[in-house]
Amino acid sequence: MILNERMKVAGQREIARNIFELVLEGELADEIREPGKFVHVRAGETMDPLLRRPISIADYDDGRITLIYRAEGDGTRVISEKERHGQADVLGPLGNGFPVEAGAPGTKALLVGGGIGVPPLYGLSKRLKEAGVEPVHVLGFQSDDVVFYEEEFSRLGETHIATVDGSRGTKGFVTDVMGALGHEFSVYYSCGPLPMLKAVADGMQGTEGYLSFEERMGCGIGACFACVCRTDTNDPGYVKVCSDGPVFKAGVVSI
Amino acid sequence: MNRLQVELPGLSLKNPIMPASGCFGFGKEYAQLYDLSKLGAIMVKATTLEPRFGNPTPRVAETPAGMLNAIGLQNPGLEKVVTEELPWLEQYDVPIIANVAGSETEDYVAVAERISEAPNVHALELNISCPNVKCGGITFGTDPKIAGELTRAVKAVSSVPVYVKLSPNVTDVTEIARAVEAGGADGLTLINTLVGMRFDPRTGRPVIANGTGGLSGPAVKPVALRMVYEVSRSVSIPVIGMGGISDVDDVINFMSAGASAVAVGTANFVDHFVCPKLIDVLPDRLDELGIGNITELIGRSHRI
Repeated sequence: MILNERMKVAGQREIARNIFELVLEGELADEIREPGKFVHVRAGETMDPLLRRPISIADYDDGRITLIYRAEGDGTRVISEKERHGQADVLGPLGNGFPVEAGAPGTKALLVGGGIGVPPLYGLSKRLKEAGVEPVHVLGFQSDDVVFYEEEFSRLGETHIATVDGSRGTKGFVTDVMGALGHEFSVYYSCGPLPMLKAVADGMQGTEGYLSFEERMGCGIGACFACVCRTDTNDPGYVKVCSDGPVFKAGVVSI
Repeated sequence: MNRLQVELPGLSLKNPIMPASGCFGFGKEYAQLYDLSKLGAIMVKATTLEPRFGNPTPRVAETPAGMLNAIGLQNPGLEKVVTEELPWLEQYDVPIIANVAGSETEDYVAVAERISEAPNVHALELNISCPNVKCGGITFGTDPKIAGELTRAVKAVSSVPVYVKLSPNVTDVTEIARAVEAGGADGLTLINTLVGMRFDPRTGRPVIANGTGGLSGPAVKPVALRMVYEVSRSVSIPVIGMGGISDVDDVINFMSAGASAVAVGTANFVDHFVCPKLIDVLPDRLDELGIGNITELIGRSHRI
């Protein structure tokens, strides 16, 4: 069920340059059934900034959700100023997440994240591991100062970092790492910028995959038609990222 | 008796609050959140003769206390709307106002004739003011003669009263209002969005893929209030007011300016429960203001 709740801020910290981890408490957390869904957060109490900010759920557990986001524009900067014991107006959970059951127990799953697309893969990785699937992570970032959750991912499975400038891990893109992995994967999951999703999907052709998309949103529930993407496959020829996604099976959305 | 009740051509409203067209789809999404029967009416998304995909993305951009959109009238087309969307809404006790759009007079007429026969459609809203499509839309809403003729053509085929949605992107909105009244309109709805732009300082390009978009939200409220005031004084048909309404005093003020009912648009994206909340708090606010029946508010500014 979708709730609109004033959630309690249990904590907030900057975990990399301009990257914040916000932990919220409330009943909404118990409505989340799968990783990869998102919430729509009202930044402040005033009319400016006006619209809610869609933020992916990085993790959820026992009445708590963890959001990881980049404070880049007016709205996310206001959200980054929220302090412990404060409140956040949250609508959610929204959208469709990653199908954990697509990974067969005893097999390996490849999780590829880019920048601020990395967070929802964390909750996914935890659930995959619980289900007996071995997660392998390839995480790409611009540079060393914006890398986050390397330790957290490493605790769950094999983790590779790539940075564009080579300041941490492999120099280059996630695809440079993927090419040298030498594992068999039963499924792959990816979240990140469009060019990365396209490169990952191309590189993993023949393997079942799920991609999480990002698009500017209005309502967040499918009513306003702001976040549509063209498709090659389904009947109306489009999907709405907010309510049909943000996660789609690879091949559904034209990229 | 129900002190929030408002009677308008074709519309017996249990309260004067309705979601505005384009902000509420065909109701399915918001029905997950609350009972749609609570609403005074629903203005559903614009329907065109053929399905439309709409504009490229990004289609929305935030602006100070507002937003720009250029969706481009995306909708599943007349056939799907009358066979799937409207029948689904029949489970709710709420009158539907069907927003009708097109690129030529024949399109408007064809859509109006068929959609007005749907049992739960109690009125049409003729969309002559969408700023985001290349042909039709706003071109019908900026010329008084064309607007009047289109109204007459649609009136001739519609089985329900016809309201015409006016554009604020004109020099004198009252001129268009009088022209569509003369064309036989049963009521007016205003305002549609104001054409605007936003640029990306890094690239120098417009943020919205369409270039321009329609501005809505609290930022446009003073303009909307002024136009509702001017129009309601210059015609004798009722006005449904909209443009930046988000709290109960906005409702009071639009009705004082001359609106007989109001529509809520962008605020549905900010607080998804805004419509039922407004309906709940209206009686208390009327008490505080010493107003017995909500209809006493309509156009009270004209009498002062």
